[in-house]
Order: sequence, then structure tokens, then C-alpha cells
Amino acid sequence: MKNSEIWVAFYTILVREIRRFTRIWPQTLLPPAITMTLYFAIFGNLIGDRIGQMGGFSYMQYIVPGLIMMSVITNAYSNVSSSFFSAKFQHSVQELLVSPTPNWVILLGYTLGGVARGLCVGLIVTVLSLFFTHLALENLLLTVLVVCLTAIMFSLGGFVNAIYARNFDDVSIVPTFILTPLTYLGGVFYSIDLLPDFWQSVSLLNPVLYMVNAFRFGVLGVSDINVYWALVIVSVFIVVLFGFGLRLLNQGKGIRN
Amino acid sequence: MTYAIEISDLKKRYGSGFEALKGIDLKVEKGDFFALLGPNGAGKSTTIGILCSLVNKTSGSVSIFGTDIDKDFAKAKKYLGVVPQEFNFNVFETVFNVVVTQAGFYGISRSVAEERAEKYLKQLDLWDKRNDQSRMLSGGMKRRLMIARALIHEPEVLILDEPTAGVDIELRRSMWEFIKKLNEQGTTIILTTHYLEEAEQLCRNIAIINAGEIVENTSIKALLKTLNQETFILDLDSSLPTGWSLPGFSVVVSKDASSVEVEVVKGQSINAIFKALDAISINVVSMRNKSNRLEELFVKLIKG
Repeated sequence: MKNSEIWVAFYTILVREIRRFTRIWPQTLLPPAITMTLYFAIFGNLIGDRIGQMGGFSYMQYIVPGLIMMSVITNAYSNVSSSFFSAKFQHSVQELLVSPTPNWVILLGYTLGGVARGLCVGLIVTVLSLFFTHLALENLLLTVLVVCLTAIMFSLGGFVNAIYARNFDDVSIVPTFILTPLTYLGGVFYSIDLLPDFWQSVSLLNPVLYMVNAFRFGVLGVSDINVYWALVIVSVFIVVLFGFGLRLLNQGKGIRN
Repeated sequence: MTYAIEISDLKKRYGSGFEALKGIDLKVEKGDFFALLGPNGAGKSTTIGILCSLVNKTSGSVSIFGTDIDKDFAKAKKYLGVVPQEFNFNVFETVFNVVVTQAGFYGISRSVAEERAEKYLKQLDLWDKRNDQSRMLSGGMKRRLMIARALIHEPEVLILDEPTAGVDIELRRSMWEFIKKLNEQGTTIILTTHYLEEAEQLCRNIAIINAGEIVENTSIKALLKTLNQETFILDLDSSLPTGWSLPGFSVVVSKDASSVEVEVVKGQSINAIFKALDAISINVVSMRNKSNRLEELFVKLIKG
């Protein structure tokens, strides 16, 4: 395919993905808005006032970056996993497979579709958080970079999940049993300084901790970890997952006989 | 000579160990209307799947308009349009979007895609349904939608895998008229179907595949010439006398004696049947083949 044709194919996939999650907005955009509003109201306002300060900020201000990241991670991941698995399930993925669209374009299109939803939900949650607290942006570039890289990483993760998934249970197992615990234990609600040494060390094995803290550093200027390490870790994950996802597509794993 | 499709020693063994294709060779000429027939599980869909990249081959070579799929599959894919057996579009997309989106996957710009979508949806009587979600369409409309989608990049070869399964007679006829016109305009058509009379009427050349092997590959004319025996059913204006027989022919008289089945071996004249009936003052009201001629040959070839 010529470069201009590749661009059209990529743009088509991306637009279709965006159209999909905006068409079903009560399933994709509304739930995180409601859930996060409840988090802000209960954890931030009601309980947070009794917790006092964390990292030099009110508890509400402290958890807002984490909750934004949690929304981005969950939505970027589930957008790609559910969309690609649905395409597999109803065989509409064959529309792409019979076409000359290169596999890397398919992967990129789905990934950026997930990024689009992650960022869209992230923006909604950010706007909602402003009804509850004031957010000062310490480092805009870092904040945008971290949120984008994280969304890319988890979109790729969702793609790999969808490739391996054989039924709808397989699509929900990873988010429920792996992603949610990692996110909740990834410093969204607390600083790891509060943990005993052993659990602090264990927490450092959790990649989500790095992303949440890097994002928090961009917003508030405080972090439990070295932000540059976070960027390195996310970048490495992206390269590995992209390579792995592309290899699976080239092999036709789960999509070709 | 460059063929539309050229398959050489194509083998496919699935992970379960099942050998779906045992080294088939097949050539389809440009502009042909070609039938690929075979019983269920014979290897037709596997062959088509390999052609359009839905199935990975185990070995062998496949060229589409001279382009080896191992060397430049993207280019080879552009020559092909596929109408699969199962509905495989996003049922939540509108009819228009299903077609236009497919064009995008081929790198066709939105403006060209919209023009073509209008052209093909109108030709296939789906234009009025363009804003409907595709899941709302009837079975026949869904089939036509898949044809419109397969044509959106104006392929040189159109593969139709059981396109008329479950389609009513009127719609089937209009669908074939459309496909015949496409063929007349130069598009190579490859068809798999269980309706053998369709293959006999439409196709010029045929391959019959059974248990992963090509058991016949010739023109329909040449194949029909090999038919040694045909069974005719004659409807009569009055009942045959009890114990009636016809020397030299094998006959089966119906229970009410108002019709008779006669086996005619190659070289025998059917005039003898009419003469014998005329001699006892019985007229033939109508006459037809007991089964489709191609069907008789097909059954023989499959049974080996």
C-alpha cells in the first residue's frame, strides 16, 4: 500500500473506534463519570476530611490524579479488549484481515482508539474533579506525556488480552483480577510511605505505581518514585507489548485458522 | 499466461491434525465464471480462506493475478473481493458505514468511497436502507450488503461462498443477473454453491473437490458430455396399463400410473419412448430430468 493509502486505512480504523465508544456512551463514558463522582464525594469529601493531609495536599487533591489515571487505565484497556474481541466474536475482524491493511496499522489503529477513549474519560473525570477541589498543574508536558504513554500501554495490553480471549469471560478476567488490584494497590489512594518497608518494596514491583505517581508529580509535584524511571518503564512496556501484539497478529493467533 | 488464480500443490493441515487440503492444483482464467463445488468439509472454504488470508496455508503456492501471496500479499489482496458464507459485518454499523469503512481499509478516500457506496447500494437495491443498522436487514439484504462491500474496491476477482444460501428464488435470480453482468464486464467470478443447477447455468468451468483433493477440473460442457445416463420423468395424459414395459429401457411407473421414470443411456434415442406411448394412445404432457444433470455427475464423482 502507498503511504497515503496506509494513512486512510489507519484513519478509518481510528474513526470507527471513536465512533463505537461515542455511539455507546451510556456504556463507555457515563459509568466512569458516575463512579468517579462517587469516589470524589465519598473518599474525597466525606472520609477525606477526616484523613487530613497527604504529601502536603488535602486528601481529595491527593487522590484526584490517581483516580484520573485509574479511569484512563481501565477505559483504554477495556476499549481495545472489548472492541477487538467483539470484532473477533462476530467475525467482522475478517473485514480487516482480507484487506491489504498492514498488521502494524491495525494494531496502531485499535491502540489509538483505546487511547482516545482513555483520554476522553480522563478529561471528563478531570472536569468533574474540579467541582470538588482545585487542581494546580505543576508540569503540563509531563502530565500529558505520562497520561498518553499510560493509555498507549494499557491499550496494547487490552489488545493482547483480546487476541487470547476465547469468550467474554476471558475479556473480563484480566481487568477484574489483575488490573483492578494493581490499580488499587498502585498508590491511587495512599502514599507508599505509609506502608511498612517490606510492602513498600513489593509495591515497587507494581508498574501502575510508577504511572500514577508520575502523573501525580505532573499535577501536584509530589511522587513516591523517580519520575524518569516511570517513563522508562512505561516506554519499555510499550515497545514490548507492541512487538508482542504485532507478532500475534502476524501469526494470526486467535483470528486465522 | 497469467491466471486470475493459480494454485499449486496447496496443502493445509489444521492443528487438530485434520488434513483439509492434500496438495491441490487449480487454475482459474481471467474473466472466467468458475464453480468450486464439493460436499461439506471437502476443502472449499479452506481454499477460499487461504486465498483471502483468513486461513494460513501449510505449504504450496498461491498467485492472484500473477502476484504470489507469499511475496506481496497486500497487492494480491487488492485483486480479491470476498462474499463469505457467514455474515461478518459489524451489525451495529449502518449499511452505508459498513461499505464505506471497508473502502477505507483498502486505502480508498472517503469521497470516492461514498460515490461507489451509492452506486453499488443502488444497484443492489439497498440505497433506501443506507441509514439503517445492518442488523435490521433481512437475510437477503444482508447477503446483498456483503456483495456491495466486496465490490467497493472494484476487485478483479469476486469470490462468492454460498451466496444464495437461504435466499428466496426471486432474489436469487436478481442476484445472479447482477453477478452475470459483473462477469460480462470482465470480473472473474469464483462461486461455491450447493445449488448445482446454478453452477450449470452460470459457470463455464468447474472444479470438484472432495476430501481435500480435486477430483475433476474441466469445463461444464465437457463434464456434462461425460454423463452416460439420464433419468427422465414423463407426465402422461392417462394411466399406463398394468405391467407396461419398454424394451431396452429401465422404467419405473408411478403408483397412480400417470407418470413414468425412464433411464436413457448415452446413445439411446428418446424417440422410442414416445413411439411406444403413442402406440397405446397415451400422450406425454410434460417431460423433465429427474435430477439436475450436474448433480448426477457430482454424486458419481464424490462417491468415486
